[in-house]
Amino acid sequence: MYQYDRHDQRLVDERVAQFRDQTRRFLAGELSEDEFRPLRLQNGLYIQKYAPMLRIAIPYGLLSTRQLRKLAHIGRKYDRGYGHFTTRQNIQFNWPRLEDVPDILAELASVQMHAIQTSGNCVRNITSDHFAGVAGDEIVDPRPYAELFRQWSTFHPEFAYLPRKFKIAVSGSAIDRAATLVHDIGVHAVRNEAGEVGFRVLVGGGLGRTPIIGHVIREFLPRQEILNYLDAILRIYNRFGRRDNMYKARIKILVKEMTLPVFAQHVESEWERLQGGLATVPDQEIERLASFFVPPPYEAVPGEDAGFRSAIADNRAFGNWVKRNVFPHKVPGYAVVSLSLKKTGVPPGDATSDQMDVVADLADIYSFGELRVSHEQNLIFTDVKQAELLALWGELKTLGFATPNIGLLTDIICCPGGDFCSLANAKSIPIAEAIQRRFDDLDYLYDIGDIDLNISGCMNACGHHHVGNIGVLGVDKNGQEWYQVSIGGDQGEKASLGKVIGPSFAADEMPDVVARLIDVYIERRHDDERFIDTVRRLGVEPFKERVYAAAH
Amino acid sequence: MPLLIKGRAVVEDGWMLLREAAALADVPADSPVIVPLALWQSEHDALAARGNVGVWLKPDDDPDALAGDVERLPLIAIDFPKFVDGRGYSSARLLRDKHRFAGELRAIGDVLRDQLYYLRQCGFDAFAIRVDRKAEDALGGLDDFSDNYQSTTARPVPLFRRRDTASESDTPLPTA
Repeated sequence: MYQYDRHDQRLVDERVAQFRDQTRRFLAGELSEDEFRPLRLQNGLYIQKYAPMLRIAIPYGLLSTRQLRKLAHIGRKYDRGYGHFTTRQNIQFNWPRLEDVPDILAELASVQMHAIQTSGNCVRNITSDHFAGVAGDEIVDPRPYAELFRQWSTFHPEFAYLPRKFKIAVSGSAIDRAATLVHDIGVHAVRNEAGEVGFRVLVGGGLGRTPIIGHVIREFLPRQEILNYLDAILRIYNRFGRRDNMYKARIKILVKEMTLPVFAQHVESEWERLQGGLATVPDQEIERLASFFVPPPYEAVPGEDAGFRSAIADNRAFGNWVKRNVFPHKVPGYAVVSLSLKKTGVPPGDATSDQMDVVADLADIYSFGELRVSHEQNLIFTDVKQAELLALWGELKTLGFATPNIGLLTDIICCPGGDFCSLANAKSIPIAEAIQRRFDDLDYLYDIGDIDLNISGCMNACGHHHVGNIGVLGVDKNGQEWYQVSIGGDQGEKASLGKVIGPSFAADEMPDVVARLIDVYIERRHDDERFIDTVRRLGVEPFKERVYAAAH
Repeated sequence: MPLLIKGRAVVEDGWMLLREAAALADVPADSPVIVPLALWQSEHDALAARGNVGVWLKPDDDPDALAGDVERLPLIAIDFPKFVDGRGYSSARLLRDKHRFAGELRAIGDVLRDQLYYLRQCGFDAFAIRVDRKAEDALGGLDDFSDNYQSTTARPVPLFRRRDTASESDTPLPTA
């Protein structure tokens, strides 16, 4: 992974000193709340319902075990012994004290981490494919570019006070595992006919109050030009994005109101001026960044491990786990393992400090000392030997991270919701738990197969409900918590937005509602049809009829 | 006389800021004055002839409007009604990088210590700190960071073109 040199380290250290002084001035009354708010947000610090919440950046989801141990330590020393992994590959702590935050940032800086721009109206953490570098369908490894974008966006002086937050995701594979179509900018690393690497650039996607699928603004951009092009897009957005209404301030609204061709014209004419300038990225720099993402020292092992095959045959529970939580690796004899942070009864994405420490030990033993955070809020070991899967499974079971449910109904994406977040209209974690409890029969879950169920506690859509095959949105009706249900959403390269099926439901109705949606699917699916495929074929109507016929 | 950060020093400000000028008659003839863009445009020839007139831009004023004036204007100011409105940063870069404005580029309005570093990187070289704050206290904000990753107006060569050669101290800001 990327290693800071003295330049990177100095900038992060200077940030800690800057925020320490800002916090001091705020506590001394020299900075007003309004003056301090954007400063603390750009250091990941929210003032939440019960306490501040600190969001720490995990750039493109990549973590070393040394960094994970530091996060465990921070959870233990400054929080209540746990953290919450988010849908943007970050981690949040829900109980730090404001006074401690400068010290926490200093601890992070000691392991090349930070909380820079994890909130606020600026360019946020760059997210990417959690299988980057090991996926068989990869065209270009996106990580060097994700790091290039991280550096470009970090302390960008022109874009610290944008109309609204700005999220960029980068992918380099045929299958889009980074939800690039629902980001302010989605970047696809591709190759042209000559084999040269470049980017397909998408703009104006996003979730929230007005969900929109991103539009291609440029099919192929030479890779050297990408920062010039990003500067051009951001400059047009910074100048013309709406600032009169925060709900209409995202770039998707600007692109919609301006129309894509007009917006693109502005961008292209600005880019024309910048093209070939000093921000053009020399090949040498791309090679330097790529040198940090070389494959680990894989051993030459058989593509199919005999012991592994017989363990699957002998042990049904292990077989189930392999089926759901283990993914193919491009190197023979290796596998990618997803650690499920979706055990029933535990808020999705939560891990205790003790668990983090054990995960770090396991990653050191089984996966070259690195791991990933997925935007589905699970952890990933990317480089596990097939022959060691059985042993790793045993360890993960003890830890509670071996629930064999990746991609299944109980692998729910869920925001912290009304239990923690002051923006939320409704709780989301108890809904997730009630649904997980209702679907506790593993055979039935397997029969249902691949399905995304996403829950957000409010319009801001941190739980990505619009792109859930089943989406649940918490709404407030006269001070009571209700849940609106949509179906047909999908992430990935065929991203689509779900359609609301009708009036919202009370919390205790939710497990039944989901069960009826699943019943319709089970009864009417064709062979090998996933839930989303059946919804696409049948439309919303049969699902709606069943849910409301029973409910009313 | 009000104080101003100019370069990296606190100096007395000799310019008068005409926030709301209705007509040419409101503009004092003998002292340096900064007028709104609308007045500059409507009384262009008369004001341009004076030589001691600057122009200030609102966040939504188009910097291209001054394309033909950048060589004669000694000063352009950009207003920040609220510091969280970041449009002025892009206006500054366009004036400096696109139109090659070389005179004084001044931030006015809700201008505070914690924004100075970014403002300076975008090409501002004068800062009229909000009147209820001391300019001396804000000076430190110019040095919050010693370097930046990007190609900026004040430091056009991005870090990725300097990593190998830059020593600890050879990345000073060019004096604008």
